[in-house]
Parts: sequence; C-alpha cells; structure tokens
Amino acid sequence: MARSSKYLKIFAFTYLIFLYAPALLLPIFSFNSSQIIAFPLTGFTFHWFETLLHQSTLHEALRNSLIVAVSSSVLATILGILASRSATRYDFTGKQISLTFILAPLVLPEIIVGVALLIVLIQLGLSLNLWSVVLGHTLLIMPFSILIMNSAFNNLDISLEEASMDLGENQFGTFYRIILPLVFPGIMASLLIGFTLSLDEFIIAFFLTGTDTTLPVYIWAQFRFPKKLPTTMALGTLLLVTSFILLSLSEYFRRRAVNSRSSVL
Amino acid sequence: MNNLVQVQNVSKSFGKVNAVKGVSLEIDQGKFFSLLGPSGCGKTTLLRLIAGFEIPNSGKILIDNKSMDGVEPNLRPTNMVFQNYAIFPHLNVEQNVSYGLRKKNLSTAEKDKMISQVLELVGLTGLNQRSANALSGGQKQRVALARALILKPKVLLLDEPLSALDKKLREQMQLELRHLQRAVGITFILVTHDQEEALTMSDKVAVMFDGEVEQVDSPRELYERPASQRVASFIGDMNFINEKALETKDGLKVNSEILGDIVIPKNQVSGNLLNNKIIIGIRPEMISIITKNSDSKGLISGKITDISYFGITTYYKIECGSNAKALSVSAQNSFGQMDYKIGETVKLKMDVNSLVGFLE
Repeated sequence: MARSSKYLKIFAFTYLIFLYAPALLLPIFSFNSSQIIAFPLTGFTFHWFETLLHQSTLHEALRNSLIVAVSSSVLATILGILASRSATRYDFTGKQISLTFILAPLVLPEIIVGVALLIVLIQLGLSLNLWSVVLGHTLLIMPFSILIMNSAFNNLDISLEEASMDLGENQFGTFYRIILPLVFPGIMASLLIGFTLSLDEFIIAFFLTGTDTTLPVYIWAQFRFPKKLPTTMALGTLLLVTSFILLSLSEYFRRRAVNSRSSVL
Repeated sequence: MNNLVQVQNVSKSFGKVNAVKGVSLEIDQGKFFSLLGPSGCGKTTLLRLIAGFEIPNSGKILIDNKSMDGVEPNLRPTNMVFQNYAIFPHLNVEQNVSYGLRKKNLSTAEKDKMISQVLELVGLTGLNQRSANALSGGQKQRVALARALILKPKVLLLDEPLSALDKKLREQMQLELRHLQRAVGITFILVTHDQEEALTMSDKVAVMFDGEVEQVDSPRELYERPASQRVASFIGDMNFINEKALETKDGLKVNSEILGDIVIPKNQVSGNLLNNKIIIGIRPEMISIITKNSDSKGLISGKITDISYFGITTYYKIECGSNAKALSVSAQNSFGQMDYKIGETVKLKMDVNSLVGFLE
C-alpha cells in the first residue's frame, strides 16, 4: 500500500510539472530583457509590459474580448439557469434527450462548431462581427453553466420553496427571496467560468470574428512578428494570472453553493 | 361547533399510484386532529392537498365554508410545519419568523411586537439574531412553528414534525405542542405514523390505510372500540381469537374454549355476521392474572411460556386451552405484584365488556 502510494505521488508530481512548467515559461521570458526567447536569461525588465500600454490595436482587442466575454457569460448563465431549473424541477417528455443535445458542445471539436456556425451565419446572410462571436461563445459556455446551475438547483430543497409559498409569497417573491439568494454562489461560479472560457477562446473567435479581433486572435496575429514576441509573452502572463484568479474565485463560489446544502437539514 | 375543514370525496393519484381514494373528513374548529397510518397510506398527500401543494383529481376541499378549488397555497388560510422544518438557511431566526409578514401592512413596531410575542410562545426569546445554521433540531422545530403561528392561520398543518427528534425531546415537544394548541386555539392537523403520538396529542384521530380512512374517532374510542382488526393491530397490541358465533337478541353468543360461554353485546361488534365466523379481540392489559389460591370458579387456566420485563409492565405469553395460540397478557408492576415464573400455571380473568368482535 505504502509502495503504490509512493509511485502515485511521483506520477502526480510529474503530471503537474508537465502541465504547468510550459505555462511558467511565459512569465519567465516576459521579464527577460532579450528579444530572443531562449535560455540563458539576459536580465530583468518591465519593458515588455510597458510596451503593452502603447499598443492601440491591443487595447481595441482587449475591449472586444471584454465585451464578448461579459455578454456571452451573462447570456449563457441566464439560459443555463432556465434550462437547469426546468431540468431539476419539472418532468417532461424529451427532457433527457434535449439535455444531452445542450451538453453536446462539451465534447464536440470546437473547429467543427466554428465552421458549422460560420456556414450557417453566411447562409443566413448575417455579417460577421463581435455579436457572432458572442453567439458562438454562448453555445460553448452554456454546457458549463448548465452543469454548475444543475448542482446549485439540485442542492435547493424543494420544501424551502413550498414553505415560502405557504407563508404567503407568490412565485416571483419566492424566486427573489429564496431561490435567487440560495443559488447565487452557483450563478457567480457560472459567470466567472464563462468569462474565463470566452476570454481565452481562440478557434470559434477566429472563425466568427470579422474585422473586430478578440485578444486570442490578436495574439495569434502577433506571432508573425518575432520582435513582438516578448510583448506577447507579457500579455500572455497577464492573461494567465487573470484566468487563475477568476477560476479560483469561481471554485470558491461553487464550493459555497455545495456547502449551503448541508445547512438545509 | 362547526366544521372548519371539510374534505369531500377527495381522490389523488400520482401516475398509476392512487395515493388518496375518495376520502371524506370533517374537522372541527379549534381541535387537535391527527392523520395516523403506516408510511405510504396517503396521509401526507392528504395534508398537502389541504395545504394546496397538490391538486385533487376529484372531490372538494372546503376551509371555513370556502371552496379551495384553484386557490394557491399562498392564498389559503393554512400554514404548514414541514417534516424537515424547511428553515431558510440564509436568514436568521427573526428573518425566518417574520418572513410571511412582508405582505401585511404593519409598522415596524407592530412587527417587532408580534415577533417577540411568538418567540416567547415557542420558547425562543432572545434568539432573534441567531443564524439558521446554528440552530439545533428542536430549535429549528420551534422556529418553524413560530414562523407559521405568527400569521395566525385558521389551520396549522404539521407533517411528521417530531420524527427527526430524539425520544426525550420528542416526548417533551408532544406535550408542548398540545399546550400550544390549547393556548392559541388554532385547529391543528398533524400527520404521524406514531400511534402513541396520535393518541396522546389528539382530540380526534383518523386512521388511514391504503389511501382510505378506516376510522375517525377520539383516541379512547379508537383504542377501546377499534372498527376493524387492522385498526386494532395498528394501535397498541391486541390478542385475536377466531371463534364461531350465533346471533341472539342480546348480542353474539360464543362458545369458546378459552373464554367460556359468553355473549358479546352488539355495540362491541363491527361488521356483519357471515358463516358464523367472528374474531374476538382483547387487549393484553384487559386480562388479569389471578393469584393461584383464590377461588377459581369460571376462570381460565393457562401456562406461562414467556416473560418480557418492560419496567412499568411485564408481558407474559400464556397458553390456554388445547390448541389455541398463546395469549399476550400484560400486568402493571405495582407494589405487591406477584412474581410469576415460566412454566407456572395461572388463572386468568377477563370481562366480556372489554372484548371487541370483528365480523367479515
């Protein structure tokens, strides 16, 4: 037993190194003074971060990304709330199959989804802009929202809603005073995960964005200019830190949502 | 005395399961009424029908002579104490208790007064700011009661409110609930599977089996004059003896090996005589053991085969007659009570007035 747990530890440790070591190279080179991305390191600098402040196309891309991330995470969360509410509280024919279809984007290759959406939008004669990206990202995020909201609603004891009705509240009042506060951590988790997913997403954004590029698409375009590589690294570092913070926050909220169950009884 | 709650021929099914089958009940104003039955007998469904959480497939429910057809739970003059209490976990005691007051047009001072009154009533004075998660089971129960009582409902519905509490606390809460009901004068409808709970707390009990009401009576009537063998064996213990009977003008004449020649008065017998078959029921405590040396004329003789000691009482299994099964007999362990041994032969005495008869 002790033997196997030792090997497991080694395995887990190696796994984590392979997973995170490449990502850690990003911040290392973003503080390196040389333009060439290679060891040995030449010196410490904030220069690459400073250049970020002066690139208006980057600011444009960041603004676009924020618009897309906020819109699609809000949209996906609202749709996720509605879908998981009906999935956890009501029984109807075709419930299981429609849930499966809504969750399908989780396992579909993004490139397929991207191409398919592109074809549909062009066939409909719609122009490509930020809103087509929002649409694609909403589709992508919604399965995550539904899974998070499902667990939040499953943890909500139905007798709490009945008690509220019994004490004179109507449906709306019950939703506002009981359901919303109790699933709020789930909503926050869904928003944050959706925001992070959208902010980092490249393939669908690449296909569906018109002239307004999002941040990942902008970064991809920058790779054509070797001189700009350290600046891109600096940008990548900032994105990495932001994602890490957002995901930690969302995990915090998700756990709070789960914990609220034990207090019901 | 008026019928506050009238249940008229109400049925409810879930898919293929008929939970409640054509139940009719009348519940008097200001009484403590219990719905008693084994789990799955439809008692909770009936309660939820009265509360408005379920809609009957057929039949009618009236509260205070108003039909409850199409009336949502939030508009009914009922409030409910849920089995798991359903205390709102994100609110404190005071917020939980005053939850239903928002819709009433009351000043803050009036609300505060009502809150402190109701908290005093249920014995939670001073716990206003305590968070719901920091409450014990008994305290949650009291918050659930206070939250319902503050709205002064015409009917308070209680769904197995004591089943989650330990035995000591449960017995204490039984007494408190009874006192509370008398103090506020509100009609209580309690759902329980615990026959002792139903008997000690209620003015009237409806016994349910398989979605139907089998008997509605006072606790004493239920215990002493059960309407069927099912009710008799669900409530307390009873010995059942199969005999043949003849109908006479005084009652049913039975010639029994165990009981001797007796005539059971008609008011102690339920059902109709078919094939001369009768089941005679007698409670263990209605049979007394007579000390060996006393006059044994007209008494039944039996042999003790088993003894269980319960503190207040002792249960004996006593074999009487040639082929009859053993009778259960209980005796109070009062001062001076004889101590019998297994294998001893004793004399038993019982009164014909304490017998009940069940016909087909």
